[in-house]
Amino acid sequence: MKTLIRYSPLIILALAWEISSRLGLVSELALPPLSDVIRAWIALIKDGELVSNGLASIYRAAAGLGLAIVVGGLIGIAMAWFRPVNVLIAPIVEIFYPLPKSALIPVTVIWLGFGDGSKILLIFLGCMLPVTIGAFNGARAAEQHLVWSARSMGASRLRMMWDVVVPSAMPELLNGVRTALALSFILLVSSELIVAQKGFGYLIGFLGANGTYDAMYAVVLTVAFLGFAADRAYMLITRRVLAWREATA
Amino acid sequence: MGIMNAPAQILVENVSHMYRPPRGREVLALDQVSLSVANREFVALLGPSGCGKSTLLYLIGGFLPVEKGAIQVEGRQVAGPGPDRGIVFQHFALFPWKTVRGNILYGLERQGMPKAEREQRAQEFIDMVGLHGFEESYPSQLSGGMKQRTAIARTLAFDPSILLMDEPFGALDAQTRGLMQRELLAIWQRTPKTVIFVTHDVQEAVFLADRVAVMSARPGRIKTIIDTKFDKNDPDIFKNSFFVDKVDEIWNLVRDEAIKAQGKKG
Repeated sequence: MKTLIRYSPLIILALAWEISSRLGLVSELALPPLSDVIRAWIALIKDGELVSNGLASIYRAAAGLGLAIVVGGLIGIAMAWFRPVNVLIAPIVEIFYPLPKSALIPVTVIWLGFGDGSKILLIFLGCMLPVTIGAFNGARAAEQHLVWSARSMGASRLRMMWDVVVPSAMPELLNGVRTALALSFILLVSSELIVAQKGFGYLIGFLGANGTYDAMYAVVLTVAFLGFAADRAYMLITRRVLAWREATA
Repeated sequence: MGIMNAPAQILVENVSHMYRPPRGREVLALDQVSLSVANREFVALLGPSGCGKSTLLYLIGGFLPVEKGAIQVEGRQVAGPGPDRGIVFQHFALFPWKTVRGNILYGLERQGMPKAEREQRAQEFIDMVGLHGFEESYPSQLSGGMKQRTAIARTLAFDPSILLMDEPFGALDAQTRGLMQRELLAIWQRTPKTVIFVTHDVQEAVFLADRVAVMSARPGRIKTIIDTKFDKNDPDIFKNSFFVDKVDEIWNLVRDEAIKAQGKKG
C-alpha cells in the first residue's frame, strides 16, 4: 500500500500522457497514446524482437559491468595498499575520470568492430573508474587496529587483505558499483544507438527511423523499467551484504 | 619469588623509536628503553599520554619495526606479529562484519583448528566472559563492556602465551572498568599468561600488575620499576594501607611527568 501511494505520481503521469495524446493536445506522432505503446509492447514481446534484442543488451551490460567490478575492485584495493601501484595508476585515473566515456564509442568500434566486443569493452572502461575509486577510498580507510588484530591471530598478509581490507572497502566499493550500474545502461544504449545490429539501442534507433513511434516508446519504457529494477535489486543486495552495519540493539 | 632470576620471556634492550607523522618533523617516541619480563608476569606500562607506552607495546607485538635496539620473545628476535602475542586494543578492534561468535572463531580458523573443536572452544570462551545469548550479535549491537569482553575472549581463545593490552578499559565507564579489572585478574590467576598492560591509571596499574614500569614524558624512557606484587584478592584492597601507599608513591612519580607532558603540549 505504501509503495502504491509512493508511486502514485507515475499513475497520474501515465493518465496525463494518455489524455493529452488522445485529445490532440500533442501530436500523436511525437507522443503516441500510452495504450498504443502498450499494444506495441505486447506485439514486440510476441514476435520475440524485444526478448532477443534485450538478451543481447543484458549480456553486454553484464559482461562489461562484471569485468569492471572485478578489475576495478582489485586495482582500487591494490592502489590503496601498494604505493608503487598507486604512483603508477593514480594519474591515469585522474585524467580519465572526467572524460565523457561516450567519446570512447568510436574508439572501441575501431578496435573491436560492431559486435558485442566493442560494447563490452566500452562498458568495462566506463564502469571501471567509479568502482576503482570506491574500492580505493574504502580500502584506504581500513582500520589499522583491525589489520593488526588479524595479523596477530595468524593471518598472512594476503589473507589479511581478503579478511580485513576487502570487507572494510565494501561499503564504498558497493557505492561505486551503484554508480557504475547506472553508467552501464547509459553506455549500453548510446553505443547501440550509434553502431549495432542488435540490442535495445539498436531497436530504438531502428523503430524510430521507421516511424513506428509507439513501438519505439515501448522499448524506451522497457529500458527505463529495467534500469529502475536493476537499481532496486542492487539496493536490496547491498543492504543484505552490509547487514552488519545496520544491526542495532 | 625469584622473578628477577627467572629467564626473561620478553627482553627489550636499548630500544629507541622515531615517530614519523605524515606531516611535520619526526619525534623521538622512545629513548633507550630496556625491560625484561618473566614468564607469567603481569607488568603495567604506566605514563602520561604521548610517553610512547603504546609504541613500546606495538614494537613487542611486532606491528612496528624495531629500528634501534633489540626485542626478543622466547629468545627469538621479534620480526612481525604472531599468535604467540595476542593483543587487546582500547577500542576493541572487533571485525564489525562478524558476529561475536565469528570474531572469536577467527583466530582459531587461522590456527587451522578443526571445525568441531573450534566451535566448542569458541563457545567455552563466550560462556567464560558471560556473553551467552549474544553469540549471533554484531559488535554494533553490544555495549562497550560487552565489546571488550568479546575482544578479550577472541584473544584468549587462540591461547597466546603473551597478552598485550593497550589501555583495554580506557573506553569503558568507571563501573564497567572496575568489574572488568577484577575479571581480568581472575582470568590471569587461572590461566598461565604473561601480560603487558598499558595504562595511565595508577590505581588500575597497582591493582593488576606485579610490577609497574613508570615511563617518563617524551621522549619515553622507563623512569623506574616499582614492585606491586601482593595479595590482590582482598575484597577491601582499595582501603588496604599497602595499596594506598603504593598508589601514592607511584602517583608522585607520575605527576611530575604529567606536568612535564602538559608543558610540552602548551
